[in-house]
Parts: sequence; C-alpha cells; structure tokens
Amino acid sequence: MRYSGFRLIKEVLTGHKGWTPAWRDAEPKPHYDIIVIGGGGHGLATAYYLAKVFGKSNVAVLEKGWIGGGNVGRNTTIIRSNYLLDGNEPFYEFSMKLWEGLEQDFNYNAMVSQRGVLNLCHTDGQRDAFTRRGNAMRLHGVDAELLDQEGVRKIAPFLNFDNARFPIKGGLLQPRGGTARHDAVAWGYARGADSRGVDIIQNCAVTGFRIQNGKCLGVETTRGFIGANRVGCAVAGWSGSVMAMAGMRLPIESHVLQAFVSEGLKPLLPGVITFGAGHFYVSQSDKGGLVFGGDIDGYNSYAQRGNLPVVEDVCEGGMALMPMIGRARLLRMWGGIMDMSMDGSPIIDRTDIDGLYFNGGWCYGGFKATPASGWCFAHLLANDAPHPVSTAYRLDRFRTGRMIDEKGAGAQPNLH
Amino acid sequence: MIINHPLLGPRDSQEFVYLGDASLIGRPDWQASDAQQQFYEYLYLRDNPAGLHRELWFHEQGDRSWLVVTRNTLTHEITSVELARDVARALGRDI
Ligand SMILES: Cc1cc2nc3c(=O)[nH]c(=O)nc-3n(C[C@H](O)[C@H](O)[C@H](O)COP(=O)(O)OP(=O)(O)OC[C@H]3O[C@@H](n4cnc5c(N)ncnc54)[C@H](O)[C@@H]3O)c2cc1C
Repeated sequence: MRYSGFRLIKEVLTGHKGWTPAWRDAEPKPHYDIIVIGGGGHGLATAYYLAKVFGKSNVAVLEKGWIGGGNVGRNTTIIRSNYLLDGNEPFYEFSMKLWEGLEQDFNYNAMVSQRGVLNLCHTDGQRDAFTRRGNAMRLHGVDAELLDQEGVRKIAPFLNFDNARFPIKGGLLQPRGGTARHDAVAWGYARGADSRGVDIIQNCAVTGFRIQNGKCLGVETTRGFIGANRVGCAVAGWSGSVMAMAGMRLPIESHVLQAFVSEGLKPLLPGVITFGAGHFYVSQSDKGGLVFGGDIDGYNSYAQRGNLPVVEDVCEGGMALMPMIGRARLLRMWGGIMDMSMDGSPIIDRTDIDGLYFNGGWCYGGFKATPASGWCFAHLLANDAPHPVSTAYRLDRFRTGRMIDEKGAGAQPNLH
Repeated sequence: MIINHPLLGPRDSQEFVYLGDASLIGRPDWQASDAQQQFYEYLYLRDNPAGLHRELWFHEQGDRSWLVVTRNTLTHEITSVELARDVARALGRDI
C-alpha cells in the first residue's frame, strides 16, 4: 500500500479501516542468499538497499527483540555531515544526501528536518579548529558557515554568552544538518524491504554461527538453524558479543549513553545546538520536548540504562549553556548501548571467515550514518567489494596503523 | 555505583577514573619476536563480555590506588574488588 495525501483523506472518510500492517510477520525459511543480523536502522537499511538497489530479495533480517528496539529508537536523532577527515567526510555526506531524498524514496514520513546543526566554540583554539573543519567540509563540497558571536546571537539569543568558564565566541553551522524521526526511519526501511520480498523475522536471536573449513554456512538461532550464502552482522552495541560467537575479538567496547526529554514547550530552539566544551547537545522535537544528551557513562555496559552521576553532569551542562532550561521538567530518560571503537570510527568490512561480514563500531554517532551504512553494507554483501565511500572502514586498520581518529583521542573508546 | 575499596571501604564510583579491561595489566614484552602483533592485540582488541567483566579503576580522588573490579556489565553489580598490585603480583609481576 502506498501512502499519500489522497489515501489519508480516503481513510479519514471511511473510519481508518483500510490500513494494513506495514510489514509481514515472516516465518524463517531454511536458507537465504543473505542474512542480516540485527533489525536496527543499519540492518533494515541494508536489507532495503539489497533489495532495491542490488536486486537481492532472498534476504532475511533477524532481530532478537522487536525491530527498532535498539539504538535506532533510543538516539537523539541528530543528522549531520560535519566531519574533518578524508575517510569520514565523503561517507557522511553520502548519507546526508540519502537523508534528503529518503522519504520520497521509501514513501514513508521520517520527518527529516534540516533545521541546522550549530557547534559552539568557546576559545580561540577551538575557533581555529572549527575553521579548519569548515574548510575541510567545503573542500568536499559540503555546506559550512563559520559564525562569530553576533551570528550565534541572531540564531539563539537565549544562550549564556558570558559564562565565565566557557564564553561563547562563535560557532560552526551546517545548515543542512538537523534531525529525523528515529523510529520512523526503522519502520520506513522495514516496510520498504518487506514489500520487496525481504523476510523480517522478529523474536529471533542469533545464538551462534555454523562455520566449516573457514566458511560461514549460516546461523544458529532461537528458532533453529538458518542457512545462508552470506551473513552480515549489524548489531550495534552487541557487536562484541555476537562476533565473539564466531571466535573474533574486535577493537570495540560496549558503553552506555543516556538521552533525555523534557516536557513539551512552545517552539524555542531553531535547530540543533551542541556545546562540546561542556558536552551537552540539544534540539527540540516536533512535540515540543527538549531532546538532549551528553557524555557516555564511561565504563563497559550492556545495561540499557545509565546511572545518576551522568544525569547530573548532563543537566549541569544544560544549565551552563541555557540557564532557562532549569525551569523545564524532565519527562523521560533512558540508555542505549553503543559499540565504541578504538578510534571512534566505524567498520564495514568482510572478516577472515568466508561469507561473514561485519558492520559496527558506530559509537554514539551512527544514526546519521543509517542510510549510507545500509547502502555500503548492501554493496559489500552483494558484490563482495567495498563501496567507494567506505573503503577506509577496514577491520585491520588498527594493525596497519590506518586509524581514522576524528577526535585525536587515541585508543581510548571512552574518550571518543 | 559503590566500589568497595579493599583498604578504604565503600566509595562512590565517581571518585574513580575508569581505564578498561583488567587484561591491560599484562603489558606484552616489547622485545618478543612477535611484539608487534602482541601490542596490536593488547592495545586494540577486547573480549568485551556481556556479563562478568574484570576492569581497572583508578582512585584518583582518594588514595590513588589502582583496583581490579569485577562487575556485571548487564546489571552493573560489583562482586569483587582487589588491589591491582596484588593481581599483578599474582601474575608474577614484581611491580
Ligand atoms: C542515547 C543515544 C543517543 C544517540 N544520539 C545520536 C544522534 O543524535 N545522532 C547519531 O547520528 N547517532 C546517535 N546515536 C548513535 C546511534 O543511535 C547508533 O550508532 C545507531 O543507531 C546504531 O545502529 P543501529 O540503528 O543499527 O543499532 P540498533 O538499533 O541498536 O540495532 C541493532 C539490533 O541488533 C539486535 N541484536 C543484537 N544482538 C542480536 C542477536 N544475537 N540476534 C539478533 N539480533 C540481535 C538488537 O536487538 C538491535 O535491535 C545515539 C545513541 C544513543 C544510545
């Protein structure tokens, strides 16, 4: 069923009785050409592009819970492509371009909203770094504007410009950045993949790999063995433990990141504002809630919840940046598990096991990557060759010294 | 989280800095013939278990000792706390 304004009017007039489920509840078949483990944004996008762009529809997505229950439904929904390094910028810009056409492409309202992403700077050194980043972006054909204090005041006059410790000196704005409705991204990809023949199998956890003579023949699951020519793993925070079942150790640690939503307020924030020096970032949802977050909790965790010290820390950051936030009540908070890689950049690569492919290490910035990650992983699974914009995301880059360390923080996942 | 320091008793985890997997105590021998491979594994690869995890915490705002904490990464429950010094000695290191 295609969604349209006409369809909506028809359903309104006939009591909304004609809507059908957006995807089937598929039963597992004994064998598939390609199995994607993980029904998060990346797994579903991979399946969607496999079917739509690469003509592979004998595909299954296996999800241990319900689709969209992982990070894709837990993040703060920021999309942007303001990266510095050559290995990253073309990839994230490819993603940004896909976001821009996503809703028309999969006929689903993902509420992609290009309201702008503003990174504030507070020292001369930080301004120099942002100038460099903005120039790097422009060299890659990406939009970037350096704002002085007046420029920031025009966009967000309510900020605390004269904070004694972090006075606001300016900012780097990416006008094409913004937010998207995270759940809808998962649902839109699921629906698009399903309608092209992909089986989306929920409540089906992968519990092991069947590997013979260095070749992966399929996966053991809570619903029995399922064979496949190729298996791709896209389980985000669970990367370490799922790939351990194939005998692999990864350059990844799992950490928890929390997110927060305030009560609904009148329109207040024009776009996304980030306060890197205090580590706080905030936007306003279409329902009016302030959506914000900050640092990870800082130690390995698979619990999808955080601890109170970080709640306090994030709220302090918020108060330092926009003191009026103290008048708003906090409505909800939750945590998600991220696979923090050792250089802060992702991995999309084949493994040493024939037929087994890996997509992960997205840290806490992988939502914006969803379309490009899906496309590039589909490219790799379909053609056994990396897509041009993801060639740097190799699994062996730590051994060969080709790290993509955006932050320059070294091999310390809790600093990325 | 409360970390039960072997010398100082229960302390808030906020007093500590986290370093990561306790296997980092076992720094490889830089003169070994396969030192390059060993250091790659030591620096970058992790077991990353969902469950019991032995990890290093530094009591920065306290007695500045290093501890090996055994914690469940699924529940955040801490089951044992040892002085990293004792763990290293048990591994045959002379500190
Ligand atoms: C609080 C928070 C805020 C964030 N904010 C942003 C942001 O503003 N912008 C941004 O770009 N990124 C953000 N991120 C990061 C981003 O959400 C993630 O990097 C990205 O969503 C991860 O990819 P995914 O959507 O596929 O993961 P997930 O949705 O987590 O998908 C992985 C799926 O694999 C499943 N799975 C795990 N193990 C198995 C198994 N054995 N068998 C079958 N299935 C399994 C899981 O159940 C899960 O559904 C944030 C993350 C968090 C937690």
